[in-house]
Amino acid sequence: MIAGTVLAEMLREMGITHVVWLPDSTLGQWETALDSAAEFKLIRVAREAEAWAVASGLFLGGARPLVIMQCTGLFDSGDSLRNATIDYELPLFAIIGQRNGFNPEVRDSARDYAEPLLRAWGLSYRTIARPDQLSELSTHYKACQATRRPGAILLVEGGA
Amino acid sequence: MPLVTTLQALRAVRTDRQAVLTTMSAAREWMRLQPPVVHPLDLIYAPSAMGQLPAYGLGLALAQPDKQIIIFNGDGCMLMNLGVLTSITAAAPPNYVLIVIDNGVYEVTGHQLTVASPNARRGAGVDWPTVARGCGFQSVFSFSELADWQAQLPEVLAARGPTFVCARVQPMPGGEVPKSPAYPPDRIAAFAKAMQRSV
Repeated sequence: MIAGTVLAEMLREMGITHVVWLPDSTLGQWETALDSAAEFKLIRVAREAEAWAVASGLFLGGARPLVIMQCTGLFDSGDSLRNATIDYELPLFAIIGQRNGFNPEVRDSARDYAEPLLRAWGLSYRTIARPDQLSELSTHYKACQATRRPGAILLVEGGA
Repeated sequence: MPLVTTLQALRAVRTDRQAVLTTMSAAREWMRLQPPVVHPLDLIYAPSAMGQLPAYGLGLALAQPDKQIIIFNGDGCMLMNLGVLTSITAAAPPNYVLIVIDNGVYEVTGHQLTVASPNARRGAGVDWPTVARGCGFQSVFSFSELADWQAQLPEVLAARGPTFVCARVQPMPGGEVPKSPAYPPDRIAAFAKAMQRSV
């Protein structure tokens, strides 16, 4: 598991101004670190589909948002995500937790449909399964911003 | 009260520090207001993801605290994403004004009743001001008479946000889906440029 303080430091280096999120039990362990960071604000939403719209508004206003949610939230996000990244071509970026990614023996459609859905929505993504792969977040974010493409990190998780 | 004159009243007093975001019937009629002036801080949310405009406004209000963000949302849109009311009050941007155009129908698709319409419930519709207060809005207004809206509009816009307004309007006959006035990516890029410009 990536430590929240390590992630927060990377987000600071990336110039992220707002983290828009709805956590799960894995991502939620970052809450204290993300909420206490001075360089960016943590914005909580009631439903994941909102997160893309809040991030869109932030982006249009000149901020540098990052969306964080579990893959079940990605499934909920469809129309909002489509509108922002396809209709308006906004290069939004997210960390998506892949529930039960480390537990292939567990029957979980959320895990199985995460990657097909990322591809379906045209999100260029990289997978992070270990803390030593965290630099991929910064690298891929910068690449997506440079080419104005929406993108994501698929973060492999244990349970819910 | 009539939708067109409700919008016209706001347009008559809006300043260059106010972005106006519209969707559905409000977007369609905002584009038709006379004289036809397109302000660089107008965001016509078409094409849309129904229910998401208040969240766009929340992001804009947080990113641009020196500009007031005024959102005209439909009641059907509001019902589709009620939880955003709590997201708004949690972040609590003081420069945020959400105006719900309550006509009880999905006007642009042919006037079908919303689930909250009094006509669909054989009684009272949704009590929007109570919902807003329950979700944490401190500045809450409700209007069903045009004269009251026109008279109190300065007070509404001067209130410390986030502000919630219920505007009860009559459905317009023959309502149709609003069309994007230009290529959406180009249009929203121009809006972003205007939003990020100092005034």
